[in-house]
Amino acid sequence: MSTTGPGADKSGTAGTPARLETRHLRIVIASSGADIVDEVSFTVRPGEVLGLVGESGSGKTTVALALLGHTRRGLSVAGGEINLDGRNLLSLKPAELRSVRGGQVAYVPQDPSAALNPTLSIGLQLRETLAYHPGAVDDVDARVIDVLRDAQLDTEGGLLKRYPHQLSGGQQQRVALAIAFSCRPGLIVFDEPTTGLDVSTQRGVLETVRSLCRRYNTAAVYVSHDLAVVSGLVTQVAVMYAGRIIELGSTEQIFRFPAHPYTRGLIQAVPSPDRTEFLSGMKGQPPGPGSRPKGCSFAPRCPHADKRCSDEDPPPVVARGRLVRCLRVNEIGDGLVVGRHAPMPVSRGAARSILELKGVSASYGRNRVLFDVNLAIQPGSCTAIVGESGSGKTTLAQCIVGLHPSWSGQMSFEGSDLPSGTKRRPPELLRRVQYIFQNPYTSLNPRKTISQIVSQPLEHFSPHLSARERDARVAGALEEVSLGLAFLRRFPDQLSGGERQRVAIARALAVEPDLLVCDEVTSALDVSVQAVIVELLRRLQSERRLAMIFITHNLALVRTIAQSVVVLCEGRLVETGSVEQVLEHPADEYTKRLVRDVPKLERGAAAT
Amino acid sequence: MARRARLRLSSRRHLRSISTLGAVIRTPRGAIGFGLTSLIVLVAGLGPFVAPYSPTAFETVPFSGPSSQHVLGGDILGRDVLSRVLNGGWVLLIMAVCATAFGVIIGATAGISAAYLRGKWETIIMLTVDVSLAFPSLVLALMLVSVVGPKLWLIVIAVGFSHAPAVARVIRSASLDVSERDYIKAVELQGVRPAKVMRSEILPNLISPLMVETGLRLTYSIVFIAGLAFLGLGQQPPAANWGYMIQENRVGLSSNPYAVLVPAALIAVLTIGTNTFTDAIARVVIGVDRRPEEAALIDHLTGPESR
Repeated sequence: MSTTGPGADKSGTAGTPARLETRHLRIVIASSGADIVDEVSFTVRPGEVLGLVGESGSGKTTVALALLGHTRRGLSVAGGEINLDGRNLLSLKPAELRSVRGGQVAYVPQDPSAALNPTLSIGLQLRETLAYHPGAVDDVDARVIDVLRDAQLDTEGGLLKRYPHQLSGGQQQRVALAIAFSCRPGLIVFDEPTTGLDVSTQRGVLETVRSLCRRYNTAAVYVSHDLAVVSGLVTQVAVMYAGRIIELGSTEQIFRFPAHPYTRGLIQAVPSPDRTEFLSGMKGQPPGPGSRPKGCSFAPRCPHADKRCSDEDPPPVVARGRLVRCLRVNEIGDGLVVGRHAPMPVSRGAARSILELKGVSASYGRNRVLFDVNLAIQPGSCTAIVGESGSGKTTLAQCIVGLHPSWSGQMSFEGSDLPSGTKRRPPELLRRVQYIFQNPYTSLNPRKTISQIVSQPLEHFSPHLSARERDARVAGALEEVSLGLAFLRRFPDQLSGGERQRVAIARALAVEPDLLVCDEVTSALDVSVQAVIVELLRRLQSERRLAMIFITHNLALVRTIAQSVVVLCEGRLVETGSVEQVLEHPADEYTKRLVRDVPKLERGAAAT
Repeated sequence: MARRARLRLSSRRHLRSISTLGAVIRTPRGAIGFGLTSLIVLVAGLGPFVAPYSPTAFETVPFSGPSSQHVLGGDILGRDVLSRVLNGGWVLLIMAVCATAFGVIIGATAGISAAYLRGKWETIIMLTVDVSLAFPSLVLALMLVSVVGPKLWLIVIAVGFSHAPAVARVIRSASLDVSERDYIKAVELQGVRPAKVMRSEILPNLISPLMVETGLRLTYSIVFIAGLAFLGLGQQPPAANWGYMIQENRVGLSSNPYAVLVPAALIAVLTIGTNTFTDAIARVVIGVDRRPEEAALIDHLTGPESR
């Protein structure tokens, strides 16, 4: 495999020697020898940012950690080279590796609150890295101030004496950035550093990353599952699937004219805040780490696959200016297919609203989190509740379903009062309002089979059903969420995240509710899975004329699924209206900022 | 048909805990523990059927050494030591198992209720637990038995009660984590009664800590009950009992040491066995409770047996 990405030739840095050159990297499970990462080769020059994109389990984090000469327990490097300025990291002794880490290659982790030591002050943690690399800088104090300023952190006000828990998530991530840049390393590995942040904070952190990499001519590898984030930041993109790079090229090539069917699928699964369109998810799921099938690893899910694809392992070939691992790359043409759908009309006026909130306020202890919220949900329509973390959107949802009993104000469901906690609501009311949790990894009891999980609410609400009727309803609910009967006897830990969330949806639908409250139901899922779940909810909602409340921080999703939208900011409702109106002509300052800061995937081909 | 499907489903659930035990036995530690424990259980259980003499008959000279007729010699009253050893274990074992079961059931019920119900129930239960932990349980048992008389059921209940507070603490902290999970809230949203939530949603998730706790408490029960027997609080003479044999024969330690050493060794091997096995369970269980993302990777690393 040519180790020089063709995409890199186009950029102006072609003449400079590579900062990082990874060749045929192969990482295996030490006990079985099955590979987690295979044939990974790429080159990053100073000043370039390579985006390493893939869904969970694709091996992107394993590659990222290998760039620091680290493998997780149970894994070992079976072959290949990682050359940093011509020195192979994989052949270094532990002591040499320690001097390289932090000094020449730095790492910015996904979750800064877990990566910063909670018992040490920020100042100490900044100096720590510098202290381990005595040659790096003469004046430590000056450098500390420097990097803080670089990371756009306030150098006044005693930040250095503070502890991580006293900082916001964005500030913590900026501290992690400052630590990473403190020794002016040649290479920085970013492992999804903005995943846990709000869009506005994310935008700020991304801008800092971009400007710092440019200023210090740092080479960077940016690992992410979020295509929209990557599209605005990086110069080259490597798409990983089942432990291999299946497409590698310049950002423009990959996002405008993706060649590999998987890349296309990924891009089509990303919702856009500008257009209302069908999201097409990919069927099936990627092979688990270490169990790549024979032939092309994407063949079982590929719409273009033929017999050859499942027999032959596609070699990397240069096609249309980028490297692709696809046998049929020249036959399948290019371009993206994006379906659009007209938004569902919302019948206003005639229909009485199914749920109405008047002056609802809620608090945790003395801490008020919701202030005077007024809201009306129409039957058969989907209302999105949008807000950043801490805006009170989840609390609002929990007040509605009865999980958070301490609220004041008035809620009425079809004209009759809705009591506060689940204990005070009659079973019929509990049945008609169903809730889907954010995290499908915690919302299913791990000791129960899927059949037990889905039939449990039925047994509770309709005890008169015979076992046969109940089984039929369970099977029907599973069928509606496109899960086969084979799933009935499985346990949750045998299911992927997307499948689990479908089980959770099936559990809610089995009792035929009138109002479905979905709390960030896709935030724990990969984009391709998110697309499938969102389309599923959209279809079910319109088929069953369900009223739905869809809570999300992702404005782009709102466009796809909802007809009206409510924006929450710090517990107050700041804007409400139809989706088109709010997203295209936001009136409130906060909404304007949200709409501006949402990362957009620039895919020129899709617009034409 | 549906009922059969349900039966199969529940048997799958049991299979899961059995497969954990299978994985435990396959570890070296687990194999040793299981081997030692079963050896003693076999001796105690089959002993009465293979004993050469009656355990209460005077067969030989007191404290006579081993001979071809009396392999382990005679005890203080000239009874056959081997026959007494073979007869003297099963009551001890049954009492230990009953006391453990009693203590674990009471403790687990209290622990789960405290963790799930919170509020005043938690205060009441945990205060009771703290107060009873402050009591020296052996003294309490001695007092009870000396007031009522050495009834076996009373000893079982006293020993069981002495375990309950410690079990309640462990199970409470384990269920605190489980009761906060979303799947518990999902059931609460339907208005399911607390007793049912605890029984059918929380309890199945406590199998691992319960297994460890039961093993540990079993070890304590054996030592405790044998100790009480040594003090004369157990089966009354002339019945054979390992604990009491140590007590009655220690005066003849120099002439026939086997009358003391063999029952002592059997108790020791039994406790070492149960303790080692429990330790092996704990090690396997620690590897099982992981975050799902990690578990996915580690399952690939270690194969499905470790589940």
